[in-house]
Amino acid sequence: MNFDMGAYSVYIWPAYGISALALIAVTLWTVLAWRRAKARLAALEKRSSGT
Amino acid sequence: MQFLFRYANPHEFMRLSGAVLPFTAVATVLCLAIGLYLGFSVPPDYQQGTTVTLLFIHVPADVVAEFAYGAIAVCSLLSLVWRHPLADTAARAAAPYGALFTALGLITGALWGKPMWGTYWVWDARLTSFLLLLFLYLGYMALWNAVEDEARAARAAAILALVGVVNIPIIKFSVDWWSTLHQGESIVSGKVAPIYLWPLLIMMLGYVLLFLTLWMVRIRTAILERRARNLMQAN
Repeated sequence: MNFDMGAYSVYIWPAYGISALALIAVTLWTVLAWRRAKARLAALEKRSSGT
Repeated sequence: MQFLFRYANPHEFMRLSGAVLPFTAVATVLCLAIGLYLGFSVPPDYQQGTTVTLLFIHVPADVVAEFAYGAIAVCSLLSLVWRHPLADTAARAAAPYGALFTALGLITGALWGKPMWGTYWVWDARLTSFLLLLFLYLGYMALWNAVEDEARAARAAAILALVGVVNIPIIKFSVDWWSTLHQGESIVSGKVAPIYLWPLLIMMLGYVLLFLTLWMVRIRTAILERRARNLMQAN
């Protein structure tokens, strides 16, 4: 593998960096929203079955 | 059609997507890892030098940006014509991802344009029609949020999505119909050397799988949120 991008580093690394950050962030956002929805539904189901 | 309606049932979708998700998640990570490894092992291009590595993140983002719009359009059609019960949820869930991949395509394209064309941006047909795609996504999401009644919001958003489909062939053929600074089609016509083509295809697959995985999780989240809302109303 070769990570020496020479003079073009100033364009290549920001492009890779922004892409990686955005994709990691959107994955986290998606997973956290899923967990939140699951926990909320479980709490509601517990409450409605308890009454 | 029969097949689609079977999985239209939210219950059935939860079961099926739950079984498929681990595989798509693992396949996504594998494709991206292999694609990046191969991508950083290529020699510099004779014309573009090391900037050829931008190919492996620029084109996949563009492909998913258009793929996600196609997915929204198909779901919108299913919703409007056949009243497919999950279609609205699926269409709405895809939009934020489509917008993000469109933005990534624009950003990586600008960072490639500067060293190769001498400019980050130019109002040529390809770049402009792609920017329009971003605005279509934003308008679509804004429309969903602007109309309070969910059934009406779904109909309005579906119509907007279907009208916007006209932009997809315009993006695709813009490089043939008009004289653009952006290069013409080169993948299907076999103008990309195999050493660059393989990492590109694997990264494309990885990006599409990532989108499909996130989209499924988002639809599942929306289904649980709806169940929670119904429970709240029932109590």
